[in-house]
Amino acid sequence: MYGGTISEQILSRRCGRQVQADDVAICAVDRVIGTDGSGPMAIDYFEQMGGSQLFDPARVYFSLDHYAPATTPETQAFHARIRTFAARYGATVFDVGDGISHQIAIERGLVRPGDLVVGADSHTVTCGALNCFAVGVGSSDLAAAMLTGQIWLRVPQTIRIVLRGRYRPGVGAKDVGLALVGRLGADAANYRAIEFAGDALDGLDLDDRLVLSNLMVEAGAKAAIFPCDPATAAYLTRRGVDRGSPIAASADARYVEEVTCDLPSIAPQIARPHSPDNVSLLAHCAGVPVHMVFLGTCTGGRVSDFHDAWAAFTRAGGRLAPGLQLVLTPASREVHDVLDADGTLNAFVNAGAIVTETGCGACCGTSGVIPGNGMTVLSTANRNFKARMGRATASIYLASPAACGAAAALGRIPEGL
Amino acid sequence: MNIDGRARVFADDVNTDYIISSARKRQTIDPMVLRAFVFESIAPDFAATVRQGDVIAAGRNFGCGSAMEIAVTVLQAAGIQAVLARSFSRSFYRNAINNGLLVVECDTTAIREGDRVTVRMSGDSAGVRVVDRQLEISGTPLPAIMLRILECGGLVPFLSANGGFGSIV
Repeated sequence: MYGGTISEQILSRRCGRQVQADDVAICAVDRVIGTDGSGPMAIDYFEQMGGSQLFDPARVYFSLDHYAPATTPETQAFHARIRTFAARYGATVFDVGDGISHQIAIERGLVRPGDLVVGADSHTVTCGALNCFAVGVGSSDLAAAMLTGQIWLRVPQTIRIVLRGRYRPGVGAKDVGLALVGRLGADAANYRAIEFAGDALDGLDLDDRLVLSNLMVEAGAKAAIFPCDPATAAYLTRRGVDRGSPIAASADARYVEEVTCDLPSIAPQIARPHSPDNVSLLAHCAGVPVHMVFLGTCTGGRVSDFHDAWAAFTRAGGRLAPGLQLVLTPASREVHDVLDADGTLNAFVNAGAIVTETGCGACCGTSGVIPGNGMTVLSTANRNFKARMGRATASIYLASPAACGAAAALGRIPEGL
Repeated sequence: MNIDGRARVFADDVNTDYIISSARKRQTIDPMVLRAFVFESIAPDFAATVRQGDVIAAGRNFGCGSAMEIAVTVLQAAGIQAVLARSFSRSFYRNAINNGLLVVECDTTAIREGDRVTVRMSGDSAGVRVVDRQLEISGTPLPAIMLRILECGGLVPFLSANGGFGSIV
Protein backbone atom coordinates (compact mmCIF):
# COMPACT_ATOMS: atom_id res chain seq x y z
CA MET A 1 0.00 0.00 0.00
CA TYR A 2 1.15 3.53 -0.81
CA GLY A 3 2.81 5.25 2.15
CA GLY A 4 2.90 8.92 1.29
CA THR A 5 4.72 12.18 1.59
CA ILE A 6 4.97 13.76 5.03
CA SER A 7 2.01 16.01 4.18
CA GLU A 8 -0.14 13.14 2.94
CA GLN A 9 0.54 11.13 6.08
CA ILE A 10 -0.03 13.95 8.57
CA LEU A 11 -3.27 14.98 6.88
CA SER A 12 -4.41 11.33 6.61
CA ARG A 13 -3.92 10.91 10.32
CA ARG A 14 -5.74 14.10 11.14
CA CYS A 15 -8.74 13.38 8.90
CA GLY A 16 -9.07 9.72 9.85
CA ARG A 17 -8.74 8.22 6.39
CA GLN A 18 -6.03 7.64 3.81
CA VAL A 19 -5.78 10.71 1.59
CA GLN A 20 -3.42 11.58 -1.22
CA ALA A 21 -2.44 14.69 -3.14
CA ASP A 22 -5.45 16.60 -4.56
CA ASP A 23 -7.95 14.95 -2.20
CA VAL A 24 -9.93 17.34 -0.02
CA ALA A 25 -9.85 16.49 3.69
CA ILE A 26 -11.56 17.84 6.80
CA CYS A 27 -8.75 17.66 9.33
CA ALA A 28 -8.60 17.97 13.12
CA VAL A 29 -6.05 20.60 14.12
CA ASP A 30 -3.47 20.22 16.88
CA ARG A 31 -2.71 23.91 17.37
CA VAL A 32 -4.50 27.12 16.41
CA ILE A 33 -2.57 30.39 16.41
CA GLY A 34 -3.84 33.94 15.98
CA THR A 35 -2.08 37.29 16.09
CA ASP A 36 -3.08 40.87 16.71
CA GLY A 37 -2.99 41.27 12.92
CA SER A 38 -5.50 38.54 12.11
CA GLY A 39 -7.20 38.11 15.49
CA PRO A 40 -9.68 41.00 15.68
CA MET A 41 -11.31 40.06 12.36
CA ALA A 42 -11.32 36.38 13.38
CA ILE A 43 -13.11 37.27 16.62
CA ASP A 44 -15.76 39.15 14.60
CA TYR A 45 -16.23 36.09 12.40
CA PHE A 46 -16.24 33.69 15.35
CA GLU A 47 -19.10 35.67 16.87
CA GLN A 48 -20.95 35.86 13.54
CA MET A 49 -20.63 32.06 13.28
CA GLY A 50 -22.48 31.90 16.58
CA GLY A 51 -19.42 30.77 18.50
CA SER A 52 -19.92 30.49 22.25
CA GLN A 53 -16.91 28.35 23.11
CA LEU A 54 -13.54 27.31 21.73
CA PHE A 55 -13.27 23.69 20.58
CA ASP A 56 -10.38 23.26 23.05
CA PRO A 57 -9.05 26.38 24.80
CA ALA A 58 -5.74 24.67 25.57
CA ARG A 59 -4.97 24.42 21.86
CA VAL A 60 -5.66 28.07 20.99
CA TYR A 61 -3.34 31.00 21.56
CA PHE A 62 -2.82 34.55 20.36
CA SER A 63 0.42 36.49 20.08
CA LEU A 64 0.42 40.27 20.21
CA ASP A 65 3.36 40.60 17.85
CA HIS A 66 2.42 42.83 14.90
CA TYR A 67 1.66 45.95 16.96
CA ALA A 68 4.35 45.60 19.57
CA PRO A 69 4.02 48.00 21.18
CA ALA A 70 0.66 49.44 20.13
CA THR A 71 1.34 52.93 18.78
CA THR A 72 -2.24 54.06 18.09
CA PRO A 73 -5.47 54.00 20.12
CA GLU A 74 -6.87 51.66 17.46
CA THR A 75 -4.13 49.06 17.86
CA GLN A 76 -4.50 49.32 21.63
CA ALA A 77 -8.15 48.47 21.07
CA PHE A 78 -7.20 45.41 18.95
CA HIS A 79 -5.10 44.17 21.85
CA ALA A 80 -7.84 44.82 24.38
CA ARG A 81 -10.31 42.93 22.20
CA ILE A 82 -8.04 39.88 22.03
CA ARG A 83 -7.27 39.92 25.76
CA THR A 84 -10.99 40.12 26.58
CA PHE A 85 -11.91 37.36 24.13
CA ALA A 86 -9.13 35.08 25.39
CA ALA A 87 -10.04 35.66 29.03
CA ARG A 88 -13.67 34.90 28.32
CA TYR A 89 -13.05 31.68 26.42
CA GLY A 90 -9.87 30.43 28.07
CA ALA A 91 -7.35 30.88 25.27
CA THR A 92 -3.77 31.88 26.04
CA VAL A 93 -2.40 35.30 25.14
CA PHE A 94 1.30 35.96 24.66
CA ASP A 95 1.35 39.67 25.23
CA VAL A 96 3.41 42.50 23.77
CA GLY A 97 7.07 41.66 24.21
CA ASP A 98 6.67 37.89 24.36
CA GLY A 99 7.54 37.53 20.70
CA ILE A 100 6.46 36.41 17.24
CA SER A 101 3.72 33.77 17.21
CA HIS A 102 5.60 30.99 15.43
CA GLN A 103 8.84 31.68 17.32
CA ILE A 104 6.92 31.23 20.58
CA ALA A 105 5.47 27.97 19.24
CA ILE A 106 8.95 26.60 18.65
CA GLU A 107 10.49 27.85 21.89
CA ARG A 108 7.71 26.79 24.23
CA GLY A 109 7.02 23.34 22.87
CA LEU A 110 3.59 24.34 21.56
CA VAL A 111 4.16 22.46 18.31
CA ARG A 112 5.60 18.97 18.01
CA PRO A 113 6.57 16.60 15.21
CA GLY A 114 3.58 15.26 13.30
CA ASP A 115 1.26 18.11 14.36
CA LEU A 116 -1.19 19.92 12.12
CA VAL A 117 -0.70 23.60 12.93
CA VAL A 118 -3.02 26.33 11.65
CA GLY A 119 -1.87 29.91 12.10
CA ALA A 120 -3.35 33.12 10.81
CA ASP A 121 0.02 34.43 9.70
CA SER A 122 1.61 33.38 6.42
CA HIS A 123 4.93 32.62 8.15
CA THR A 124 3.33 29.90 10.26
CA VAL A 125 5.09 27.60 7.76
CA THR A 126 8.21 28.23 9.87
CA CYS A 127 7.03 25.50 12.26
CA GLY A 128 7.57 22.94 9.47
CA ALA A 129 11.20 22.87 10.64
CA LEU A 130 9.93 20.71 13.51
CA ASN A 131 8.29 18.13 11.23
CA CYS A 132 4.82 19.75 11.46
CA PHE A 133 2.34 20.43 8.71
CA ALA A 134 2.08 24.14 9.54
CA VAL A 135 -0.02 26.29 7.26
CA GLY A 136 -0.83 29.99 7.14
CA VAL A 137 -4.48 30.99 6.79
CA GLY A 138 -6.67 34.07 7.07
CA SER A 139 -9.11 35.21 9.73
CA SER A 140 -12.12 33.17 8.50
CA ASP A 141 -10.23 29.89 8.66
CA LEU A 142 -8.81 30.90 12.05
CA ALA A 143 -12.33 31.58 13.35
CA ALA A 144 -13.60 28.26 11.97
CA ALA A 145 -10.68 26.35 13.49
CA MET A 146 -11.19 28.01 16.90
CA LEU A 147 -14.86 27.06 16.78
CA THR A 148 -14.80 23.57 15.26
CA GLY A 149 -11.21 22.37 15.77
CA GLN A 150 -11.21 21.59 12.08
CA ILE A 151 -9.97 22.94 8.79
CA TRP A 152 -10.64 21.79 5.27
CA LEU A 153 -7.51 21.34 3.19
CA ARG A 154 -6.76 20.16 -0.28
CA VAL A 155 -3.90 17.71 0.23
CA PRO A 156 -0.97 19.34 -1.56
CA GLN A 157 1.38 17.83 -4.07
CA THR A 158 4.94 18.01 -2.79
CA ILE A 159 8.20 19.34 -4.17
CA ARG A 160 11.18 17.52 -2.71
CA ILE A 161 14.24 19.68 -2.17
CA VAL A 162 17.44 17.68 -1.73
CA LEU A 163 20.17 19.65 0.02
CA ARG A 164 23.68 18.26 -0.39
CA GLY A 165 27.05 19.08 1.15
CA ARG A 166 28.08 21.85 3.54
CA TYR A 167 28.01 25.64 3.39
CA ARG A 168 31.04 27.57 2.24
CA PRO A 169 32.49 29.96 4.84
CA GLY A 170 30.40 33.16 5.00
CA VAL A 171 27.27 31.38 3.74
CA GLY A 172 24.29 30.41 5.86
CA ALA A 173 20.69 29.22 5.72
CA LYS A 174 19.44 32.65 4.59
CA ASP A 175 21.64 32.47 1.50
CA VAL A 176 20.39 28.96 0.70
CA GLY A 177 16.79 30.02 1.25
CA LEU A 178 17.12 33.10 -0.96
CA ALA A 179 18.88 31.05 -3.64
CA LEU A 180 16.00 28.55 -3.60
CA VAL A 181 13.32 31.27 -3.76
CA GLY A 182 15.19 32.94 -6.62
CA ARG A 183 15.52 29.65 -8.48
CA LEU A 184 11.95 28.51 -7.91
CA GLY A 185 10.25 31.89 -8.34
CA ALA A 186 7.51 33.54 -6.29
CA ASP A 187 4.76 31.10 -7.29
CA ALA A 188 6.52 27.79 -8.04
CA ALA A 189 5.35 26.14 -4.84
CA ASN A 190 1.86 27.65 -4.90
CA TYR A 191 -0.78 25.12 -3.69
CA ARG A 192 2.14 22.75 -2.99
CA ALA A 193 4.13 21.59 -0.01
CA ILE A 194 7.90 21.36 0.16
CA GLU A 195 9.84 18.59 1.90
CA PHE A 196 13.52 18.89 2.62
CA ALA A 197 15.89 15.93 2.39
CA GLY A 198 19.53 15.16 1.68
CA ASP A 199 22.83 14.65 3.43
CA ALA A 200 23.18 18.37 4.17
CA LEU A 201 20.50 18.05 6.84
CA ASP A 202 23.08 16.48 9.17
CA GLY A 203 24.82 19.85 9.24
CA LEU A 204 21.72 22.02 9.68
CA ASP A 205 20.64 22.88 13.21
CA LEU A 206 17.10 23.91 14.09
CA ASP A 207 17.80 27.62 13.54
CA ASP A 208 18.94 26.88 9.98
CA ARG A 209 15.83 24.81 9.33
CA LEU A 210 13.52 27.51 10.69
CA VAL A 211 15.01 29.98 8.20
CA LEU A 212 14.51 27.59 5.28
CA SER A 213 10.95 26.64 6.18
CA ASN A 214 10.14 30.31 6.76
CA LEU A 215 11.40 31.47 3.38
CA MET A 216 9.57 28.84 1.37
CA VAL A 217 6.30 30.75 1.68
CA GLU A 218 7.97 33.37 -0.53
CA ALA A 219 7.83 30.70 -3.25
CA GLY A 220 4.15 30.18 -2.36
CA ALA A 221 4.51 26.97 -0.33
CA LYS A 222 1.55 25.75 1.70
CA ALA A 223 3.90 23.94 4.11
CA ALA A 224 7.68 23.42 4.20
CA ILE A 225 8.58 20.37 6.22
CA PHE A 226 11.78 18.82 7.52
CA PRO A 227 12.07 15.20 8.58
CA CYS A 228 12.37 14.46 12.29
CA ASP A 229 15.98 13.41 12.74
CA PRO A 230 18.55 13.34 15.56
CA ALA A 231 18.94 17.13 15.39
CA THR A 232 15.18 17.53 15.90
CA ALA A 233 15.17 15.04 18.74
CA ALA A 234 18.14 16.75 20.40
CA TYR A 235 16.36 20.10 20.23
CA LEU A 236 13.17 18.71 21.76
CA THR A 237 15.10 16.94 24.52
CA ARG A 238 16.97 20.12 25.39
CA ARG A 239 13.63 21.91 25.64
CA GLY A 240 12.00 19.13 27.63
CA VAL A 241 9.33 18.66 24.96
CA ASP A 242 8.09 15.20 24.06
CA ARG A 243 8.75 13.97 20.56
CA GLY A 244 5.16 14.00 19.40
CA SER A 245 4.40 11.65 16.54
CA PRO A 246 7.16 12.11 13.96
CA ILE A 247 6.33 11.36 10.34
CA ALA A 248 8.82 10.23 7.70
CA ALA A 249 8.12 10.15 3.99
CA SER A 250 7.66 6.61 2.71
CA ALA A 251 10.09 5.11 0.21
CA ASP A 252 7.35 5.17 -2.44
CA ALA A 253 6.24 8.76 -1.71
CA ARG A 254 5.32 10.58 -4.92
CA TYR A 255 6.75 14.03 -5.61
CA VAL A 256 5.62 16.42 -8.28
CA GLU A 257 9.16 17.72 -8.68
CA GLU A 258 12.60 17.18 -7.22
CA VAL A 259 15.07 20.04 -6.85
CA THR A 260 18.69 19.45 -5.91
CA CYS A 261 20.72 22.16 -4.23
CA ASP A 262 24.44 21.72 -3.66
CA LEU A 263 25.34 23.89 -0.69
CA PRO A 264 29.03 24.26 -1.66
CA SER A 265 27.91 25.97 -4.89
CA ILE A 266 25.99 28.70 -3.00
CA ALA A 267 27.71 32.07 -2.54
CA PRO A 268 26.21 34.89 -0.42
CA GLN A 269 22.87 35.99 -1.90
CA ILE A 270 20.73 39.11 -1.87
CA ALA A 271 17.12 39.86 -2.85
CA ARG A 272 16.81 43.20 -4.58
CA PRO A 273 13.77 45.48 -4.51
CA HIS A 274 10.82 44.83 -4.72
CA SER A 275 10.36 41.07 -4.54
CA PRO A 276 11.94 38.29 -2.46
CA ASP A 277 12.47 36.22 -5.62
CA ASN A 278 14.48 39.01 -7.29
CA VAL A 279 17.65 37.29 -6.12
CA SER A 280 21.24 37.79 -7.23
CA LEU A 281 24.71 37.27 -5.84
CA LEU A 282 25.47 39.64 -2.97
CA ALA A 283 28.62 40.65 -4.85
CA HIS A 284 26.51 41.99 -7.73
CA CYS A 285 25.09 44.64 -5.40
CA ALA A 286 28.37 45.43 -3.68
CA GLY A 287 28.88 49.13 -2.97
CA VAL A 288 25.20 50.14 -2.93
CA PRO A 289 24.95 52.75 -0.13
CA VAL A 290 22.83 51.61 2.85
CA HIS A 291 21.01 54.02 5.19
CA MET A 292 19.31 51.59 7.52
CA VAL A 293 20.10 48.03 8.61
CA PHE A 294 17.32 45.97 10.19
CA LEU A 295 18.22 42.86 12.20
CA GLY A 296 15.17 40.91 13.27
CA THR A 297 11.96 39.10 12.18
CA CYS A 298 10.93 35.44 12.06
CA THR A 299 13.62 34.87 9.42
CA GLY A 300 16.63 36.61 10.93
CA GLY A 301 15.77 37.50 14.53
CA ARG A 302 17.13 34.54 16.52
CA VAL A 303 20.18 34.36 18.78
CA SER A 304 22.50 32.84 16.18
CA ASP A 305 21.51 35.57 13.70
CA PHE A 306 22.55 38.38 16.05
CA HIS A 307 25.79 36.54 16.83
CA ASP A 308 26.52 36.21 13.09
CA ALA A 309 25.71 39.87 12.54
CA TRP A 310 27.93 40.99 15.41
CA ALA A 311 30.86 38.89 14.23
CA ALA A 312 30.60 40.34 10.71
CA PHE A 313 30.14 43.86 12.09
CA THR A 314 33.33 43.45 14.13
CA ARG A 315 35.27 42.04 11.18
CA ALA A 316 34.19 45.03 9.08
CA GLY A 317 35.65 47.46 11.61
CA GLY A 318 33.20 47.34 14.50
CA ARG A 319 32.08 50.96 14.19
CA LEU A 320 28.72 52.08 12.90
CA ALA A 321 28.95 53.79 9.50
CA PRO A 322 28.30 57.55 9.90
CA GLY A 323 24.59 58.37 9.74
CA LEU A 324 23.47 54.75 9.39
CA GLN A 325 20.50 53.55 11.46
CA LEU A 326 20.99 50.09 12.92
CA VAL A 327 17.76 48.63 14.30
CA LEU A 328 17.59 45.40 16.29
CA THR A 329 14.32 43.58 17.01
CA PRO A 330 14.76 40.18 18.71
CA ALA A 331 12.11 37.69 17.60
CA SER A 332 11.08 36.88 21.18
CA ARG A 333 11.62 37.63 24.83
CA GLU A 334 13.77 34.53 25.13
CA VAL A 335 16.01 35.67 22.26
CA HIS A 336 16.20 39.12 23.85
CA ASP A 337 17.13 37.71 27.25
CA VAL A 338 19.87 35.44 25.89
CA LEU A 339 21.40 38.32 23.93
CA ASP A 340 21.11 40.54 26.98
CA ALA A 341 22.84 38.02 29.21
CA ASP A 342 25.69 37.29 26.81
CA GLY A 343 26.44 40.98 26.19
CA THR A 344 25.47 41.06 22.51
CA LEU A 345 22.72 43.66 22.91
CA ASN A 346 24.90 45.86 25.04
CA ALA A 347 27.72 45.69 22.53
CA PHE A 348 25.37 46.67 19.70
CA VAL A 349 23.87 49.52 21.74
CA ASN A 350 27.32 50.82 22.62
CA ALA A 351 28.08 50.82 18.90
CA GLY A 352 25.02 53.02 18.30
CA ALA A 353 22.24 50.54 17.55
CA ILE A 354 18.57 50.96 18.50
CA VAL A 355 16.93 47.95 20.19
CA THR A 356 13.14 47.83 19.84
CA GLU A 357 10.45 45.77 21.53
CA THR A 358 10.46 42.13 20.42
CA GLY A 359 7.98 41.02 17.76
CA CYS A 360 7.51 41.59 14.05
CA GLY A 361 8.98 45.06 14.42
CA ALA A 362 9.69 47.12 11.30
CA CYS A 363 9.15 44.22 8.87
CA CYS A 364 5.64 45.19 7.73
CA GLY A 365 5.38 48.78 8.91
CA THR A 366 3.03 47.97 11.78
CA SER A 367 5.43 48.82 14.59
CA GLY A 368 9.03 49.79 15.00
CA VAL A 369 11.12 52.08 12.84
CA ILE A 370 9.79 53.21 9.47
CA PRO A 371 12.41 54.14 6.86
CA GLY A 372 12.52 57.66 5.47
CA ASN A 373 11.86 58.74 1.89
CA GLY A 374 14.38 57.38 -0.58
CA MET A 375 16.22 55.32 2.03
CA THR A 376 17.94 52.06 1.19
CA VAL A 377 17.39 49.36 3.80
CA LEU A 378 19.33 46.11 4.15
CA SER A 379 17.30 43.66 6.20
CA THR A 380 17.36 40.13 7.57
CA ALA A 381 13.60 39.84 6.87
CA ASN A 382 11.72 37.80 4.29
CA ARG A 383 9.76 40.40 2.31
CA ASN A 384 10.89 43.50 0.45
CA PHE A 385 7.73 44.53 -1.38
CA LYS A 386 7.47 48.21 -2.21
CA ALA A 387 6.13 50.04 0.87
CA ARG A 388 6.41 46.86 2.95
CA MET A 389 8.10 48.71 5.81
CA GLY A 390 5.66 51.60 5.56
CA ARG A 391 7.39 53.85 3.03
CA ALA A 392 6.86 53.39 -0.72
CA THR A 393 9.95 55.34 -1.71
CA ALA A 394 12.31 53.17 0.35
CA SER A 395 14.26 50.37 -1.32
CA ILE A 396 14.55 47.16 0.68
CA TYR A 397 17.23 44.55 0.10
CA LEU A 398 17.22 41.20 1.92
CA ALA A 399 20.37 39.34 2.91
CA SER A 400 21.94 37.22 5.63
CA PRO A 401 22.57 38.50 9.15
CA ALA A 402 26.30 38.47 8.38
CA ALA A 403 25.86 40.63 5.27
CA CYS A 404 23.65 43.01 7.25
CA GLY A 405 26.17 43.20 10.10
CA ALA A 406 29.01 44.01 7.70
CA ALA A 407 26.89 46.63 5.92
CA ALA A 408 26.21 48.38 9.24
CA ALA A 409 29.92 49.04 9.58
CA LEU A 410 30.67 49.71 5.92
CA GLY A 411 27.65 51.86 5.11
CA ARG A 412 27.21 49.91 1.89
CA ILE A 413 26.39 46.42 0.69
CA PRO A 414 29.52 44.29 1.19
CA GLU A 415 31.17 42.47 -1.67
CA GLY A 416 31.72 39.25 0.26
CA LEU A 417 31.94 37.89 3.78
CA MET B 1 -23.64 34.22 -9.73
CA ASN B 2 -23.53 36.21 -12.96
CA ILE B 3 -21.30 39.21 -13.23
CA ASP B 4 -21.02 42.00 -15.75
CA GLY B 5 -18.30 44.53 -15.15
CA ARG B 6 -15.40 46.59 -16.34
CA ALA B 7 -11.91 45.09 -16.31
CA ARG B 8 -9.14 46.68 -14.28
CA VAL B 9 -5.86 45.13 -15.33
CA PHE B 10 -2.92 44.27 -13.07
CA ALA B 11 0.39 42.50 -13.71
CA ASP B 12 1.98 39.44 -12.04
CA ASP B 13 2.80 39.01 -8.36
CA VAL B 14 0.44 41.61 -6.88
CA ASN B 15 0.99 40.96 -3.17
CA THR B 16 -1.50 41.68 -0.41
CA ASP B 17 0.58 44.62 0.86
CA TYR B 18 0.04 46.20 -2.58
CA ILE B 19 -3.71 45.67 -2.24
CA ILE B 20 -3.69 47.32 1.19
CA SER B 21 -0.57 48.34 3.08
CA SER B 22 -0.08 46.57 6.43
CA ALA B 23 0.89 49.93 7.88
CA ARG B 24 -2.63 51.27 7.19
CA LYS B 25 -4.08 48.70 9.57
CA ARG B 26 -2.69 50.69 12.49
CA GLN B 27 -5.61 53.09 12.01
CA THR B 28 -8.50 50.71 11.39
CA ILE B 29 -9.46 47.36 9.94
CA ASP B 30 -12.77 48.75 8.65
CA PRO B 31 -12.69 48.02 4.91
CA MET B 32 -15.03 50.93 4.18
CA VAL B 33 -12.34 53.26 5.47
CA LEU B 34 -9.34 51.36 4.10
CA ARG B 35 -10.78 51.26 0.57
CA ALA B 36 -9.52 54.82 0.13
CA PHE B 37 -5.98 53.38 0.17
CA VAL B 38 -6.48 50.31 -2.03
CA PHE B 39 -3.46 49.76 -4.36
CA GLU B 40 -1.99 53.09 -3.22
CA SER B 41 1.65 52.08 -3.72
CA ILE B 42 1.29 50.58 -7.22
CA ALA B 43 -1.82 52.29 -8.70
CA PRO B 44 -2.34 55.56 -6.81
CA ASP B 45 -5.34 56.60 -8.94
CA PHE B 46 -7.21 53.32 -8.52
CA ALA B 47 -9.17 54.24 -5.40
CA ALA B 48 -10.54 57.35 -7.10
CA THR B 49 -11.41 55.61 -10.38
CA VAL B 50 -12.76 52.25 -9.21
CA ARG B 51 -16.49 51.79 -9.81
CA GLN B 52 -18.96 49.50 -8.15
CA GLY B 53 -18.94 46.23 -10.09
CA ASP B 54 -15.42 46.47 -11.54
CA VAL B 55 -13.57 43.20 -12.13
CA ILE B 56 -9.85 42.79 -11.57
CA ALA B 57 -7.96 40.93 -14.30
CA ALA B 58 -4.45 40.11 -13.13
CA GLY B 59 -1.48 38.01 -14.11
CA ARG B 60 0.12 35.23 -12.10
CA ASN B 61 0.25 34.79 -8.33
CA PHE B 62 -2.34 37.41 -7.39
CA GLY B 63 -2.48 38.00 -3.63
CA CYS B 64 0.93 36.62 -2.72
CA GLY B 65 2.70 37.52 0.52
CA SER B 66 0.83 38.05 3.76
CA ALA B 67 -2.32 35.97 4.37
CA MET B 68 -4.15 39.05 5.69
CA GLU B 69 -7.83 38.66 4.91
CA ILE B 70 -8.43 42.39 4.91
CA ALA B 71 -6.90 42.36 1.39
CA VAL B 72 -10.10 40.62 0.26
CA THR B 73 -12.61 42.66 2.22
CA VAL B 74 -11.01 45.93 1.10
CA LEU B 75 -11.44 44.92 -2.54
CA GLN B 76 -15.07 44.08 -1.84
CA ALA B 77 -15.58 47.40 -0.07
CA ALA B 78 -14.05 49.16 -3.09
CA GLY B 79 -16.75 47.59 -5.27
CA ILE B 80 -14.77 44.76 -6.89
CA GLN B 81 -17.15 41.90 -7.62
CA ALA B 82 -14.71 39.34 -9.03
CA VAL B 83 -10.98 38.77 -9.48
CA LEU B 84 -9.72 36.95 -12.55
CA ALA B 85 -6.05 35.90 -12.58
CA ARG B 86 -3.77 33.46 -14.33
CA SER B 87 -3.02 32.09 -10.87
CA PHE B 88 -3.62 33.04 -7.25
CA SER B 89 -1.65 32.73 -4.08
CA ARG B 90 -3.37 29.94 -2.15
CA SER B 91 -4.00 32.10 0.91
CA PHE B 92 -5.70 34.88 -1.06
CA TYR B 93 -7.76 32.31 -2.99
CA ARG B 94 -9.04 30.76 0.25
CA ASN B 95 -9.71 34.11 1.85
CA ALA B 96 -11.67 35.28 -1.19
CA ILE B 97 -13.92 32.23 -1.25
CA ASN B 98 -14.33 32.47 2.53
CA ASN B 99 -15.74 35.98 2.06
CA GLY B 100 -17.90 35.14 -0.95
CA LEU B 101 -15.69 36.98 -3.46
CA LEU B 102 -15.67 35.19 -6.82
CA VAL B 103 -12.13 34.33 -7.93
CA VAL B 104 -11.52 32.73 -11.31
CA GLU B 105 -8.25 31.18 -12.33
CA CYS B 106 -8.08 31.68 -16.10
CA ASP B 107 -5.90 32.99 -18.90
CA THR B 108 -6.24 36.76 -18.56
CA THR B 109 -3.59 37.75 -21.11
CA ALA B 110 -6.13 38.96 -23.71
CA ILE B 111 -8.09 41.15 -21.29
CA ARG B 112 -7.37 44.88 -21.57
CA GLU B 113 -8.00 47.76 -19.22
CA GLY B 114 -11.62 48.89 -19.49
CA ASP B 115 -12.88 45.79 -21.35
CA ARG B 116 -16.45 44.85 -20.54
CA VAL B 117 -16.34 41.30 -19.15
CA THR B 118 -19.04 38.92 -18.01
CA VAL B 119 -18.49 35.99 -15.69
CA ARG B 120 -20.98 33.14 -15.54
CA MET B 121 -20.79 30.14 -13.24
CA SER B 122 -21.71 26.87 -14.91
CA GLY B 123 -21.46 23.89 -12.59
CA ASP B 124 -18.08 24.13 -10.88
CA SER B 125 -16.48 26.31 -13.57
CA ALA B 126 -16.65 29.95 -14.51
CA GLY B 127 -16.86 31.13 -18.08
CA VAL B 128 -15.43 34.56 -18.77
CA ARG B 129 -16.49 36.54 -21.83
CA VAL B 130 -14.81 39.68 -23.14
CA VAL B 131 -17.96 41.17 -24.57
CA ASP B 132 -16.75 43.66 -27.18
CA ARG B 133 -14.27 41.26 -28.77
CA GLN B 134 -16.38 38.13 -28.26
CA LEU B 135 -13.58 36.24 -26.55
CA GLU B 136 -14.53 33.24 -24.42
CA ILE B 137 -12.17 32.18 -21.62
CA SER B 138 -12.82 29.18 -19.41
CA GLY B 139 -11.81 29.08 -15.77
CA THR B 140 -10.28 26.26 -13.74
CA PRO B 141 -13.05 24.32 -11.91
CA LEU B 142 -13.48 25.02 -8.20
CA PRO B 143 -13.18 22.11 -5.75
CA ALA B 144 -16.68 21.11 -4.60
CA ILE B 145 -16.18 22.38 -1.07
CA MET B 146 -15.08 25.81 -2.31
CA LEU B 147 -18.08 26.00 -4.58
CA ARG B 148 -20.39 25.27 -1.65
CA ILE B 149 -18.75 27.88 0.54
CA LEU B 150 -18.93 30.42 -2.29
CA GLU B 151 -22.59 29.62 -2.96
CA CYS B 152 -23.35 30.20 0.72
CA GLY B 153 -21.68 33.60 0.50
CA GLY B 154 -18.60 32.71 2.54
CA LEU B 155 -17.39 30.61 5.45
CA VAL B 156 -19.42 32.42 8.11
CA PRO B 157 -22.79 31.76 6.45
CA PHE B 158 -21.63 28.28 5.40
CA LEU B 159 -20.80 27.25 8.98
CA SER B 160 -23.85 29.02 10.39
CA ALA B 161 -26.08 27.11 7.96
CA ASN B 162 -24.37 23.75 8.40
CA GLY B 163 -23.47 23.90 12.09
CA GLY B 164 -19.94 22.77 11.27
CA PHE B 165 -17.96 21.07 8.52
CA GLY B 166 -19.76 17.77 9.13
CA SER B 167 -18.98 15.23 6.44
CA ILE B 168 -19.26 17.44 3.40
CA VAL B 169 -16.27 16.03 1.50
